[in-house]
Amino acid sequence: MQHRPPLARIAAGLYRRHQLALWLLLGPPMLWLGVVYLGSLLSMVWQSAYGFDDFSMQVVPELTLANYRALLDGSNLDIVLRTLGMAVAVTLGCAALAFPIAYYIARHTSGTLKSALYASVMLPMWVSYIVKAYAWTLILAQGGLVYWASDALGLRGALEALLELPVIGGSSLSTSNLGRWFVFVYVWLPYMILPVYAAIERVPENLLQASADLGARPAQTFRSVILPLTFPGVAAGSIFTFSLTLGDYIIPQLIGPSGYYVGTMVNTLHGSVGNLPMAAAFTVVPIVIIGLYLALARRFGAFDAL
Amino acid sequence: MRSSPRTPWALRLAAWFGLAFLYVPILLVGVYAFNTEESAFTFPPKGFTTRWFSAALERGDVLDALWLSAQVAAGATLAAVLLGTLAALALARREFRGKDIIAMSFILPIALPGIVTGIALHSAFRLADISPGFWTIAMGHTTFCIVVVYNNVVARLRRLPPSLVEAAMDLGADQFRAFRSVVLPQLGTALLAGAILAFGLSFDEIIVTTFTAGHERTLPIWLLNQLGRPRDVPVTNVVALGVMALTALPILASFWLTRSSHDVGGSGK
Repeated sequence: MQHRPPLARIAAGLYRRHQLALWLLLGPPMLWLGVVYLGSLLSMVWQSAYGFDDFSMQVVPELTLANYRALLDGSNLDIVLRTLGMAVAVTLGCAALAFPIAYYIARHTSGTLKSALYASVMLPMWVSYIVKAYAWTLILAQGGLVYWASDALGLRGALEALLELPVIGGSSLSTSNLGRWFVFVYVWLPYMILPVYAAIERVPENLLQASADLGARPAQTFRSVILPLTFPGVAAGSIFTFSLTLGDYIIPQLIGPSGYYVGTMVNTLHGSVGNLPMAAAFTVVPIVIIGLYLALARRFGAFDAL
Repeated sequence: MRSSPRTPWALRLAAWFGLAFLYVPILLVGVYAFNTEESAFTFPPKGFTTRWFSAALERGDVLDALWLSAQVAAGATLAAVLLGTLAALALARREFRGKDIIAMSFILPIALPGIVTGIALHSAFRLADISPGFWTIAMGHTTFCIVVVYNNVVARLRRLPPSLVEAAMDLGADQFRAFRSVVLPQLGTALLAGAILAFGLSFDEIIVTTFTAGHERTLPIWLLNQLGRPRDVPVTNVVALGVMALTALPILASFWLTRSSHDVGGSGK
């Protein structure tokens, strides 16, 4: 025993001391996460209670609840509600588009086609986010692809009529809420397809056969068997679409009407105004909303479907 | 195994329409990079040229941004592979109190919106008086890259039969030896796939980066700044295509490396 090399003695020692081995492995990543990430989060929440002097444009390091009170002001509340409304609309849009794609890949393809289609959903998810957003500014621009296609199909009148509508409309596609919604739905769509696909794959085949044997028409089977069983997948996907929309600040800058979103407001407060405490207080809004949303999604079984 | 042999035409149409929707912008960026027009983005393009590629390669600011992005991604990937693998080795097969919370906290950096991470890091760096630059960008990227390495390695470790390590140790290998000769070779492709994903994620990241970069410009930030400059549209288009290729190709490679763990065949679920 005494003649073994030192490394082997350490190995034997570690083998006997499970706890020590665990903490040696876990130590560095935990330290990193705890200090760099969680530490930063705490420092942000701490600084969100600092004051800001509007005259000197300086941060005042005294604790106050003024920032949080200011969040409830009319204009700031509008920003939060505007962002929330878009997040809900984007989530619904993604769910409606994702379901047929996921269902088709899961139940109506097999073999190579299935793998290829699965990969073809993965790929756009990983392609550069900023490039995708940029591509949409080209697509929605006057004289761009959408206007060209609507002219070619003789639908220009319908497009103009759509843009006349309140709330979703605007003077052109790239300055309308409709255009912004399109881009959001596009960039987060794969995040919805993948969990929904996984949920559909997990529905046992014999349940569908049983439903058909008992005389259900396909639409009935869909409504009473498939939809309830795959809802956790939709809930799981909605966590991504909802949370990503809430925190985004690039797309609202590029496409859609003026008017701040939570993300663009944070960026402005941090960048041009320098009011970091108020920016931090604004960032607490998506954290709280997403916390509530996660609790809700958990009740719908979303975490089992992740 | 098919539930219905014939596919309703409406479903087929909706699915293919959705898949086409996913590719329209990607293809369009590819097309516009070869457009002859200098300042407009009208569709259809007016002609075919490759001269913007050489124009883009002569731009010092593009190359600087590319170089910075590559350095940051390499640094963040290296740190993430180390930390993510350690975390995976610790958590893959152990059950202990508080394990769920620890696993959750590794996922937190990608579960919370990037703007939260960005502002949090920014305020912490400011508090600690660290001036923004290469290191702050790389640190920010490392926090959310750890989880992709962790996920890949944990998935592989869970499928590795524990009997293999036990056999090695029965044959006289100590823990380090068993890890080096048995576990590590099995982890190879999972580590590579995780590293590629981390590199792609970091190379492409913009939201956290804007808050940690100070005056430095990574390639995505360069692109964002370009959007307000109509005169540079052709060069922007070429860089956009380049960024897309640089992120998409490695991702496909990593997908291929881990394809057996995706259960795409739909078997066994």
